[in-house]
Amino acid sequence: MLFFTRWKAAAILLTALIVCLFAVPNFFPDSMVQKWPNWAQRHIVLGLDLQGGSSLLLEVDTNSVHKEVLQTLSENVLHTLREARIPFTGRAVVGNAVQVHITRNTDYDTALTKLRNLSQPLSGYAGTTGQRSLDVSQNGDLIALTPTDPALTEHIRQAVDQSIEIVQRRVNELGLVEPSIQREGTDRILVQVPGLQDPTRLKEILGKTAKLDFRMVDLSMTPEQAEQARPTESEVLDGEQSGQKYLIEKRVLVSGADLVDAQPGFDQRTNEPIVQFRFNSSGARKFAEATQANVGKPFAIVLDNKVVSAPVIREPILGGSGQISGNFNVQQANDLAILLRAGALPAPLTIVEERTVGPGLGQDSINAGEHAAYAGAALVVVFMLATYGLFGLFANIAVTINVAMIFGILSLLGATLTLPGIAGIVLTVGIAVDSNVLIYERIREEVRAGRTAINAIDAGFTRALATILDSNITTFIAAAVLFYIGTGPVRGFAVTLGVGIITTLFTAFTLTRLIVAYWVRMWRPRVVPI
Amino acid sequence: MRLLRIVPDNTKFDFMRFRRISFPISALLSIAAICLFFFHGLNFGIDFVGGTLMEVQTKGGLADLGKMRATIGGLHLGDFQLQEFGAPDDVLIRISEQPGGDEAQQAAVQKVRDTLGDTVDYRRVEVVGPSVSTELLSYGTIGLVLAIVAILIYLWFRFEWQFALGAMIANVHDLVLTVGFMSLTHIDFDLTSIAALLTILGYSLNDTVVIYDRIREMLRRYKRMSMPDLLNASVNATLSRSIVTHVTVAMSLLALLLFGGQAIHSFTATMMFGVVLVGTYTSVFIASPILIYLGVGIGRMGGAEEPEPPAAVAAPAPSRPAPTPQRARARR
Repeated sequence: MLFFTRWKAAAILLTALIVCLFAVPNFFPDSMVQKWPNWAQRHIVLGLDLQGGSSLLLEVDTNSVHKEVLQTLSENVLHTLREARIPFTGRAVVGNAVQVHITRNTDYDTALTKLRNLSQPLSGYAGTTGQRSLDVSQNGDLIALTPTDPALTEHIRQAVDQSIEIVQRRVNELGLVEPSIQREGTDRILVQVPGLQDPTRLKEILGKTAKLDFRMVDLSMTPEQAEQARPTESEVLDGEQSGQKYLIEKRVLVSGADLVDAQPGFDQRTNEPIVQFRFNSSGARKFAEATQANVGKPFAIVLDNKVVSAPVIREPILGGSGQISGNFNVQQANDLAILLRAGALPAPLTIVEERTVGPGLGQDSINAGEHAAYAGAALVVVFMLATYGLFGLFANIAVTINVAMIFGILSLLGATLTLPGIAGIVLTVGIAVDSNVLIYERIREEVRAGRTAINAIDAGFTRALATILDSNITTFIAAAVLFYIGTGPVRGFAVTLGVGIITTLFTAFTLTRLIVAYWVRMWRPRVVPI
Repeated sequence: MRLLRIVPDNTKFDFMRFRRISFPISALLSIAAICLFFFHGLNFGIDFVGGTLMEVQTKGGLADLGKMRATIGGLHLGDFQLQEFGAPDDVLIRISEQPGGDEAQQAAVQKVRDTLGDTVDYRRVEVVGPSVSTELLSYGTIGLVLAIVAILIYLWFRFEWQFALGAMIANVHDLVLTVGFMSLTHIDFDLTSIAALLTILGYSLNDTVVIYDRIREMLRRYKRMSMPDLLNASVNATLSRSIVTHVTVAMSLLALLLFGGQAIHSFTATMMFGVVLVGTYTSVFIASPILIYLGVGIGRMGGAEEPEPPAAVAAPAPSRPAPTPQRARARR
């Protein structure tokens, strides 16, 4: 146990040194580190609980995605049957299916074949297993089309992907520094913005779907009449002021997807804040046609199912650009422009979790963590020296290298250090010391059993290492589970604890042994000073 | 230099005799802890029940809790608590979950922010909606169970099943007592508490495994020693290590407790109780003697009654029995 070949010793020391060196960038200011080569720049990222900032967990409304899928399907059914000139009644979304009654029983087979064609094989992973997008079933005159689960999952995945992209654009438009946006689970998005103290505006921006439509106002009856009559081609929508109601056609003239640019500005006559926008060529053409046909009538700008304004078309708008005015203040105009530029979300987002830490608390936590680490280390170092003397010094050296290696590995992983993470490091010091204690106590025992110094040291290491391995693996399992189930700060704790156990095993099995081996070779001790 | 010896050499304390006291005491304490859990309950933090937590610092001067309470009470947000947090100008506001789903929580926070405005610094704002909180609780519970099972399987492979079972009983006992402690002291039970429980599990297993390792070694070496004597010898042999290690861990935790700040206070307090107080007691007084009842060593030659002085354990070489193959290999 105490014999090391020269190469082995060199390899051990080199490994420890290199791992320790990775910790170096953390001790220099960012401006300096940025001039170093890329591979040397890796460093530990401070968690939001330490540097302050805001973390929002957003959930994509999967129900709305589901509804949208069924709505589109229902329209496809309508078109398919109309094209095939098959008479039908009672087309409706029932539960998670679209149902339709075929009028003539001679049409049953053709209708079924036509509607079966709506079912597509799924692309990608789900497609390889032969899955299709729809289940089509017939029962007498009733045909039901149900989107399959893999198809829905695929739709949700796409909606989340798209949402991430749009959230990214919106956050970037706000000019926030180093935001991180990532998917969490199947239908959630985690947005983390370091340094953000008041996320109110961010939440407002992210909470809007920003679905913009240009539609005609239906003048055939008043909104109050419409609430009784329930026309099929129009719907009653709220205006910006409370109590204001409009009857708006369901048909969309131009949608927000055709916008290419939106900028905040001021109306030249009234000087009130407005948003100026520009359509792409197809949007411009559609808008020109619609305005030409409806001069003198009011149209509505509908944002997230609310009428922002309903101006009367005075003359055809042919240039493909226009402006939205709606009693905005400057901030609102600015935000609307951002939303329109970034595009609409495929489904509404809900904020399901928010954690914001101010910079004051963050700095306090860093200080607290540092003080605790120093105090803990000081206590342990003194105690080890008092208990084991020279071997206590060896242990202290090993533990110091151990902590340096933890920082090295955390830097290498680009891990996030949180306050519980610091607690994990402090606890690792406890574990690391324990491995030395196990070895030394075993050596003491072997000495008592009458062995010679070198024999006792050798046997002490051999026996203790098996125990160290067993006991550390159990703790490591706990850390692994913690990493798997934990989020944020808890995960930070699991990472430092897990990394700490690995470095502890390394130092116990190699470094401590190497130090003691060299000491034995240098001094040839007759008694173990332990 | 004279080195510190917390445990004198050749300590031979009869730990196994205490099983007649420790088992009933532990059983009673466990029942008490379970009763506490069901009748007194845990002080679930917003991680698990949803709601809003705000830590604010008043600008200039001490916090006027009464005034602040009246202000927030005027917002009609249902149950809320105010408490001083660490410093006289630091206030923790906890608002219970609002009816009406995730959006309602956000609306409540906005109301408080609007009302308190610029008079305070917002040090921390945490809002957990109902959909996340139920998930976090189930993940936490699943995690704990998963960890126990994984560790059990590992021990079963490394030792015999009796050891795995003994370790599990001992450690579930630890967790139960710790949960009882948390209920009694009304410490916030949140995600970090789950982390604390898992760490306690890891640590206390660590301790149990060290003693079990020694018991296994002794079982191979001393084929004729009675089970209680053998267990006593094992616990005594590892006693010094147990104490030294727990002193160092306690020192680390003490540092965290004193200087680590309010944010991890409940975490360290729980750890202190679980690791230092319960974990140590359990491995010595529960985990080891329980092996007698689980039937470890029943099939050994000579039987349990064969007299052999426990002194043999640490006595010099002549009284040691012949080396077994294991030993011979270890010596090389």
